[in-house]
Amino acid sequence: MKRELRVRRIKNGTVIDHIAAGHALNVLRILGIADGSTEVVSVVMNVSDQKKDIVKIEDWELAPDEVDKIALISPDAIINIIRDYEVVEKRKVVLPSQIVGVVRCMNPNCITNTDEPVKPRFVIRRGEGVELHCVYCGRVITDQIAEFLI
Amino acid sequence: MLNRTAGLRDVMPHVISIRDFSRDEIDRILDRAAELEPIAHGGSSDLLAGRILATLFHEPSTRTRLSFDAAMKRLGGSVIDFGSIEGSAVSKGENLADTIAVVSGYADAIVLRHPKEGAARMASEFSRVPIINAGDGAGQHPTQTLLDLYTIRKESTLDRVKIAIVGDLKYGRTVHSLVYALSLYNAEIHLVSPDQLKVPESLTNDLSESGTRITETTDLDEVIDYVDVMYLTRIQKERFPDPNEYRTVAGSYRITEETLKRVKDDLIIMHPLPRVDEIDYGVDSSRHAVYFKQSFYGVPVRMAILSMVMGDGTAATGGW
Ligand SMILES: [Zn+2]
Repeated sequence: MKRELRVRRIKNGTVIDHIAAGHALNVLRILGIADGSTEVVSVVMNVSDQKKDIVKIEDWELAPDEVDKIALISPDAIINIIRDYEVVEKRKVVLPSQIVGVVRCMNPNCITNTDEPVKPRFVIRRGEGVELHCVYCGRVITDQIAEFLI
Repeated sequence: MLNRTAGLRDVMPHVISIRDFSRDEIDRILDRAAELEPIAHGGSSDLLAGRILATLFHEPSTRTRLSFDAAMKRLGGSVIDFGSIEGSAVSKGENLADTIAVVSGYADAIVLRHPKEGAARMASEFSRVPIINAGDGAGQHPTQTLLDLYTIRKESTLDRVKIAIVGDLKYGRTVHSLVYALSLYNAEIHLVSPDQLKVPESLTNDLSESGTRITETTDLDEVIDYVDVMYLTRIQKERFPDPNEYRTVAGSYRITEETLKRVKDDLIIMHPLPRVDEIDYGVDSSRHAVYFKQSFYGVPVRMAILSMVMGDGTAATGGW
């Protein structure tokens, strides 16, 4: 018999499926779920041979503007909202046009990397991959976005 | 030319980056500069009488500062600054955001020079009056670009100009903005630099995509008898670990009276100044040399910008 890792179904909350393999923990960082959070979270990494991660968050229905930030590192992720064990809503993440305070600028001389009261802000464009253009200094972050998550 | 990427309610005519301007908006500034130029030649006006300009220079740049000073005073306005940094709130650790919030209560516009990239954009978010960027680190210096364009328009032809930009194209802050602006005028751009000081690839890619005609070479001779404008920049010793290499490279782009025998009759030679030894003093008296005029044109161009941002009516309807 084939052995399979089982993660229990959740009653209420959000399941984020089709996360790019290895990025589950980055997804939690983007959502601000870290040490000290009280949510019950399960993480499944490298699911069988599908090369994907899954994150389940109990009793928390993520709002679209929260989840869309995930598209930065995992543009194919699917969000499932669960109520009473049923999927009541299912949709793909949508790349936002701007993000504030999620990623820091890679330019060490950028004004956002100082003590000034300003949050890093990027305009997002789709080139070959996802491009983040710093609104302040103009520097572009492309393929290593996860390294600059705050 | 609103600060379109900043807050939506921000309708103040800031001058942050040349990339915020359309060709039409640039033309309007250059036209206004032409109207005001007679005043810059030793005249005076009361166009900005009673108006106050604050110049906040967080790093020294005497020429730029004097040029703004002269522009404001020719228009009848006055200038305040925080004197030396020592003793001011800045040296006591006050951040830029607070400084801007305070000073925008004293002045009708603020000229800012700051070592951090993006400082001017941030300042515009904390200011109640227009911010004019006079250089932010290795970032933008839009009034320099505007005065370069004015010089080309005045002394040569801006539309479809054939221009060689020579020297340090990697670190030279003025170069990237100028190249971008020239692309709005269908320029034919020839970039001449040693391999280690080439323009960043991202910029040339951007421009090729936009259809700008652009070439790169290490050899000035390839274009010297062909171009209408030669724009020289400083090659700094610090960029070269080996002083001999610096001398060889810098020497190969040096302009002398000998060089001028091969150029077009109406070629103009520009330089943002100060020069090191890119241009021989013997060249100064030739008809090709326009770099001192170029620095003078900074005054009418800054007069135009000041009068437009402080509401002489030409930039009044929600920006430019
Ligand atoms: Zn930045």
